[in-house]
Amino acid sequence: MTRKGRVRLLKTGVWLLCLTPLAWVSYRFFLGDGLGVDPVLEFEHWSGLSALTVLLGALSVTPLRRLTGFNDLQKVRRVVGLFAFFYVTVHFAAWIGLDQFFAWAYMGDDIAERPFITLGFTAFLMLLAMAVTSTKGWIRRLGKNWVRLHRLVYVAGVLGVIHYLWATKADDRWPFVAAIVLAVLLGSRIWWAGRRRRPKQGVPARKPRVPGSASALDVVGTIRTEGPGR
Amino acid sequence: MVIRVRRKSDVASSEITPKEVYVNRRDFLGRTGGALAAAGMAPLVAEPVRPREWRQEAHVAPPADYGEELRGELNPYDDVTEYNNFYEFGTEKDDPYKHSGDFEPRPWTVEVGGLCHNPGKYGVEDLVGMGEIQDRIYRMRCVEAWSMVIPWRGVPLRNIISRLAPMTDAKFVAFETVYRPQQMPGQQRNVLQWPYVEGLRIDEAANELSLLATGLYGEDLPNQNGAPLRLVTPWKYGFKGIKSIVGITFTEEMPPTSWNISAPHEYGFYANVNPNVDHPRWSQARERYIGKGLGRHPTLMFNGYEEEVGHLYAGMDLREWY
Repeated sequence: MTRKGRVRLLKTGVWLLCLTPLAWVSYRFFLGDGLGVDPVLEFEHWSGLSALTVLLGALSVTPLRRLTGFNDLQKVRRVVGLFAFFYVTVHFAAWIGLDQFFAWAYMGDDIAERPFITLGFTAFLMLLAMAVTSTKGWIRRLGKNWVRLHRLVYVAGVLGVIHYLWATKADDRWPFVAAIVLAVLLGSRIWWAGRRRRPKQGVPARKPRVPGSASALDVVGTIRTEGPGR
Repeated sequence: MVIRVRRKSDVASSEITPKEVYVNRRDFLGRTGGALAAAGMAPLVAEPVRPREWRQEAHVAPPADYGEELRGELNPYDDVTEYNNFYEFGTEKDDPYKHSGDFEPRPWTVEVGGLCHNPGKYGVEDLVGMGEIQDRIYRMRCVEAWSMVIPWRGVPLRNIISRLAPMTDAKFVAFETVYRPQQMPGQQRNVLQWPYVEGLRIDEAANELSLLATGLYGEDLPNQNGAPLRLVTPWKYGFKGIKSIVGITFTEEMPPTSWNISAPHEYGFYANVNPNVDHPRWSQARERYIGKGLGRHPTLMFNGYEEEVGHLYAGMDLREWY
């Protein structure tokens, strides 16, 4: 298989993987239990959990690439990130349209006064900013600042996990699993940063470079190889 | 000759929905309700949007001795029995329904003790025989900010208490749930401290609303609803409604309660439904009505039972005594 073919296969695989939460909830709603006795809450839970899972997925692309040496994985970062934004938007829209039903004043109060909702809303804004600036045009326009802006994905991950934990009444098991996964993913970056700084004996020191913060040109280069319009 | 006077609330026969449309309306609304809701047409989406079968016809609540005016708002039997917080069987809402099949509610003994003149072991029938069996339709408001309307069957707790004859220094009644991890898989994990315990002030227990329930919808309590015996205090958050009771103890001191043990800053002893006192993490001002459409509704003080129970708390700071 050509490299181009391999990349295409990878991207198709990633798209299908990112769509499985949607397939699952659709199955449940139309063919399964109709999301049960309280579909609004169930839908909020499903969308939130999917958003967090896909976001953690986005954060695991680079560690996976380093672990496997499969450099083409770099090309799927934007797709996975945008899917995380998609599920977060669904989650937020469900809260607005199904749970609160457009009660804007009450929603404003909740965002201002309930810490777990404040964090959730903030994470949404961060992902929104990153989604809007995910295009080639914006990368060019922002230059070095693009990389800085997109480091917010780490913050969004942390806020998302805390939002999940604080929204859970008593059974903390899954929020803690999410926290551990996040800690491992962020910790791995810190570990890599440490390794890059210390050259091996006998090997000339590399130019210091913080991993995960590809320069804007690296990213543009990546995007260019993806082809037009993608 | 009976002369029927037509009242303003009577429905003209031309306006009665044909049965096929009525029975299939959930299906219709399931398809169109979502679109209407998205367009912000709230008043048109008054019914549930989920496409579940309407099985209300199979379970009919008997005429109610109390709360008959709530009949139109009853949640269907499947809602009441498939959506439960009963962590003894698991922490998901459908866990109790799915995992309580092995639970055996008979034979059953309730141990009565503490500061009373008639302690001892009582069977369910003994306790039920102490009062008049009634059917009551009550609102039930969970601390998680959702609510249902449920047709309970049981005996007023005040009748039972008077027969058990508490002593004068008995200020509280404590309740305890059975501990049976073999039949209650959720008890194999300490998500809460087991066994589940609850309590009421003695005047709360003697209030006209407090019910020791043995059934719902005119039938025996299913396991997931707290068979064979559970407490119902409709003006308090649902977690005060302790299920599968094996112990009743009259005490002088305020007894421990499981959710207060689990998170003392979030759940208090009184746990009265109060839109003015928020849970530390979420608002209690509005609630979702299960199975009755989108959006939320204002929470009522004491869950709408202020007339019956308000006097119990006269002069108390309900923010302090949450």
